[in-house]
Amino acid sequence: MSERERVQADEAKGPPEEDPRIAGEKHPVARMIAIGVFASLVGIAITLQIDWFPEPASTAADKIDTLYDVLLICSVPVFVLVMTIAIYSVVRFRAKPGDMGDGPPIHGNTRLEIIWVTIPFIMVTALAIYGWITLDDIEAKQKNDMVVAVTGQQFTWTFDYPSERLKGTKELYLPVDRPVEFRIHTKDVLHSFWVPQFRLKSDAVPGLTTKIRVTPDREGQFEVVCAELCGLGHSTMRQFVHVVPAADFQKWVSDQKQAAGGGATGGGGGGGGGGAAAPNGEELFTSNGCSGCHTLAAAGATAKVGPDLGKLGKVDAAFIRKSIVDPNAEVTKGYQPNIMPQDFGTKLSKEELDALVKYLLESQQ
Amino acid sequence: MTLTQRLFAPGWYRAALGASLGFALGMSIVVVVRSLYGWDPILNWDAIITVGGLIAAPLGYLIGIGCFDYWFRWAVGAPTIPEDHSGHGAYSWRDYFRVNTDHKVIGIQYICTTFFFFVAGGLMAMLMRAELAQPGTQFVDPNTFNGLFSVHASLMIFLFIIPVFAGIANFVIPLMIGAPDMAFPRLNALSYWMLPAAGVMMLCSYFAEGGAFATGWTAYAPLSTDTPLGQQFFTLGVQFAGASSIATALNFLVTIITMRAPGMTFWRMPLLVWANFTTSLLVVIATPFIAGSQFFVLLDRTIGTHFFDVGQGGDVLMYQHVFWFYSHPAVYIMMLPGFGIISEVISTHARKPVFGYRMMAFSLVAIVILGFTVWAHHMFVSGMQAWIRIPMMITTMLIAVPTGIKIFSWLATLWRGVIHLRTPMLFALGFITMFTLGGISGIMLAVVPFDIHVSDTYFIVAHIHYVLFGGSVFTIFAGLYHWFPKMTGRMYDETLGRLHFWMSFVFFNLTFGPMHLVGIDGMPRRVADYSEQFATWNAIISISAFIFGLSFLIFLYNVITSWRHGPLAPGNPWRAHSIEWQVSSPPPVFNFDEIPTVVGGPYEYGVPGAVHAVFREKEPARAGGVPAPAGGGGAPPPGDP
Repeated sequence: MSERERVQADEAKGPPEEDPRIAGEKHPVARMIAIGVFASLVGIAITLQIDWFPEPASTAADKIDTLYDVLLICSVPVFVLVMTIAIYSVVRFRAKPGDMGDGPPIHGNTRLEIIWVTIPFIMVTALAIYGWITLDDIEAKQKNDMVVAVTGQQFTWTFDYPSERLKGTKELYLPVDRPVEFRIHTKDVLHSFWVPQFRLKSDAVPGLTTKIRVTPDREGQFEVVCAELCGLGHSTMRQFVHVVPAADFQKWVSDQKQAAGGGATGGGGGGGGGGAAAPNGEELFTSNGCSGCHTLAAAGATAKVGPDLGKLGKVDAAFIRKSIVDPNAEVTKGYQPNIMPQDFGTKLSKEELDALVKYLLESQQ
Repeated sequence: MTLTQRLFAPGWYRAALGASLGFALGMSIVVVVRSLYGWDPILNWDAIITVGGLIAAPLGYLIGIGCFDYWFRWAVGAPTIPEDHSGHGAYSWRDYFRVNTDHKVIGIQYICTTFFFFVAGGLMAMLMRAELAQPGTQFVDPNTFNGLFSVHASLMIFLFIIPVFAGIANFVIPLMIGAPDMAFPRLNALSYWMLPAAGVMMLCSYFAEGGAFATGWTAYAPLSTDTPLGQQFFTLGVQFAGASSIATALNFLVTIITMRAPGMTFWRMPLLVWANFTTSLLVVIATPFIAGSQFFVLLDRTIGTHFFDVGQGGDVLMYQHVFWFYSHPAVYIMMLPGFGIISEVISTHARKPVFGYRMMAFSLVAIVILGFTVWAHHMFVSGMQAWIRIPMMITTMLIAVPTGIKIFSWLATLWRGVIHLRTPMLFALGFITMFTLGGISGIMLAVVPFDIHVSDTYFIVAHIHYVLFGGSVFTIFAGLYHWFPKMTGRMYDETLGRLHFWMSFVFFNLTFGPMHLVGIDGMPRRVADYSEQFATWNAIISISAFIFGLSFLIFLYNVITSWRHGPLAPGNPWRAHSIEWQVSSPPPVFNFDEIPTVVGGPYEYGVPGAVHAVFREKEPARAGGVPAPAGGGGAPPPGDP
C-alpha cells in the first residue's frame, strides 16, 4: 500500500480517536493558539523594543529600519509557532518510564500539508514584493544630486568632488539633505564602502564603477567602514564622514582648495615641507596606504601591522629607500616577510620616493 | 618484516617514502624547467613547495599508503591479489590506520579524522575569541588573525561538516539499504585517504612564509592572487578535499541506485538514504565549480594567467559567480544529510511514522533544484548587474517553503508520539529550535535592502553559525549519539550526553545570539580589532564561547570512556525498524548473512506487527486489505515487544 493510500485510509477513518493523554484537556489546539498568540505579542513587543540599528542618518535608513520591523513582526510568530508545538509535544507526549508503546500510525494529512505549503509561500512572496518596492525606492535617482568619487586602496579611502573640482581628500564631507551619488572604485583589491548610519554599502571592484545613492538627513560625524576583507590592515580601514549644513560644506570645500593651492594638499595641516612643485612626503605616506599598516606619530598614523616608522633608530636614507623598494631585504624582528607590497619601487616615481624617504628621515623621534 | 619489505608493502613506511620521492620529483621538475628557461633563481622555493610539496608529495603518499595497488596491478595486466577480504573489518586499533575497504571501518576513519580537524578548527575559534574579547591587539597580530578565521572556516567546512556526513553515511547507508558494502570499496578508501592530505595542507599553511592563507574561506580574488605562499595551501588543499567529496558522492549514487535490497523501492527508502542521494547529486554537479575557481586562482598566481587581472582583461566578479555557484549549494550539501538524520532520530525516538514521508522526500529534491538558482544572493553588494538581485531574492525566499515543509512535518511527527527524551532526541529538538532561527535570519538576509546593510557584518557570522552549528553540527551530534551503539557496540552515558546537550545549547545561543545585534549595529566581520562601542557584547560573546568550547570536552570524555568501558549495546536499543538495527552491534564484518527482503515502509511505528524488512524469503507482502504492509509472521526485530 502506497503512502498516499495509507494517508487516505487514515483520513477515511475520520478524526483519530481522542488521545487519552490530552483527553482531560478541553480544546488543546485552541489553548496552544491562545498561548502562541500571547507569546508572539510579547515576543514582537520585546524585539521591537531592542535598539538594533545605529542612529539613522539617511532617508534610506528609516525605510530599511521599518522593513526590518516588518520582518521581525512576521518572524516572531513563526518561531513561536514552532516552539509552542515542540514544547507542548515534549511536555504532553513524553514517554512515561517503562512505556514501550508507539504513537498512533498517522502518516500524513493532505489538508495540513497544503496549508503549510500555501501560507509560507504567500508570506515570502509578500515579503519579496515589499523588499523589491523598498529597494526601488531607496535606489531611485534623485534630482540635483552631487557626485562624489570614492577610491579604496589598501588601507585607506580617498574622495573626489568633481563638481567642486576638489580631489583626493581624506575626509568625507557631505551637505545635509542633498542627494549624493557615490561612484566607487578601487586601486587594488576588493573593498566595501559602508556607512552603518546610512545603511548602504557597495563593494569597490577592480575594473568596475559601482554606485550607491544616499541622501544624508542628519548632521554628525559617522564612520566609513571597509566591510570587505582587503588584507592585513582591513580592520584599520576606517575613516569619517561629516554631514554638515550646506554653508559649512562650501566653507570646507574652499578651505580644502586653498590648502591645495598652497601646496599642502590633503593633510590636516602641519608636517608639510618641500616647495610647491615637489611631491609632499606626508601626503604620499597616507595616499599610498603606509598609514594603514604603520605607526608614525608625525602623520598621526597608529596602525600596528608593521613596525613603527617613527622609531627606526639609527638609519640612513639608503636603508629606508631599500626597505620601501624591497621590503623583504631586511625584515624587522617580530614581523613576517612578504606582507608589505613589493611593488612600491615601480608605483612611485623617483621624485616621490625621494620625498617619502626624506619625510620619513625627518619624522624620526 | 624487514625494513626493505616494509618499504615495498603498502603502509606508512611506503607512504613516507612515496611522499619524499614525490617531493623530490616535483623539485627536480621545477629545477629542470627553470634552468632550461634560464630563470633566476633556479631554486625558487615557492614553486618547489607548490609542485613538490602540495601536488607531488600528496600523490606519492596516496600511492605509498596503498590506495592504487590493486588498480596498478590490474592496469599493467599483472595478476591482482585475489580479494581475500583481508581488507575488511578492524580487529585492533591499528587496522584503522591502513587502507581498508570495509565501509564500516572507513566510516569510523572518516568520523575520527574529521573530529580531529573539528578540534583543531575549534581551538582556532577559541584563540580568535580571546583576541576579540577586548578591542585592541592582545594575543595575535592582524595577519595571524586573518589566518585564524580563514583556516578555521576552511577546516570546519571542508574537513569537518562535509566529510563527517560522508562518514556517518558510509557507516549507515549500506546497512540501511541492505547492501554488503559500498559499490566501489577501493574508491571509497581512496576518497577517505585524500582527506588527511587536504587537512594537513591547510594546517601546514601556518608554517609557510608569510603565514597561513588569510583571505577567508571565500578566497576572493584579486586579494587571493597576490597574498603570500600560504594561499596555495588552500587552493590545492581544496582540490584534494573536493576530489574526495566527488568520488564519495558518485559512490553513494551508484550504491543507492543499484544495491538496494530486494523490495526496497525508492518510496521505501529511509529518509537518510533520500537525503544522501540528493546531497550526492549536489556534490557531483556543484563541486567541480569550486575546483575550477581555485584552479583559476592557482594559475593566476603561479603561471601568470589573467583570469582576475583587470588590467589584462580579467574579470573579478567571475570569481565570485563561479565560487558561489558551488558554495551556495554547498550549504545544502552541509544540511541535507542532517535533515535525513533528524528524520531518523525523531521518528525512532518519538515512536511515530515520519509525517508526510513523500513530501519530505520531494522537499529534498526541491531544495536541490532551487539550491542552484540562488547563488548570487551572496553578491547583493558586489556590484553585479542590479536586476539579478530580484530573481535571486525571490528564489532564495522560496527555499523557505520546502524547508518549512520539513520543519512542520517533524513537528507533526512529534505530535502525539511517545517521546523518549534521549540525547539524540534532545539534539534533534535543539536543531529544530536553532535551525528555525537560522532560517528566519536567512529570509531576512534574502530581502535585498536589509542585506545591503548587514552583508559582511557579524549578522552574517551569527546566521552562518545558526545554520551550520545550530543546524548541521547539532544533527551530527544527534546522529553520532543515535548510531553510537551500532558503531561501537557499546552504550554511551546518557547523563553526560544530556549535560553535553544543555551546555552546548545554552552557550551556543549566548555566543552567537548577540552577534545578530552587534552586526546590525555596525560591526563588520573578519576584523581583528573593532570600535570601543562593541566591547561589552564582545566580552560576553567571548566568555560564552569559552564555556561553549568546554562543553565539547564532555562529549569527548563520554565517547572515549563509553567506547572502552560502556555497557554492551544490544542489536536494537532504540527498537527502530530500519535494517541497520536488525543486525548485531557492531554489525558483522560482511553486514548480512542473508540479504534482507524489504516488505514495508521504514517507519511503521504503531502499526501492529509491521516490519520494514525480513531476513528469510517470505511471500511478497500483499497490498491492500490489511492496514500494515507487513510480511505477516516475519521475524520481529529483536528487542521489540
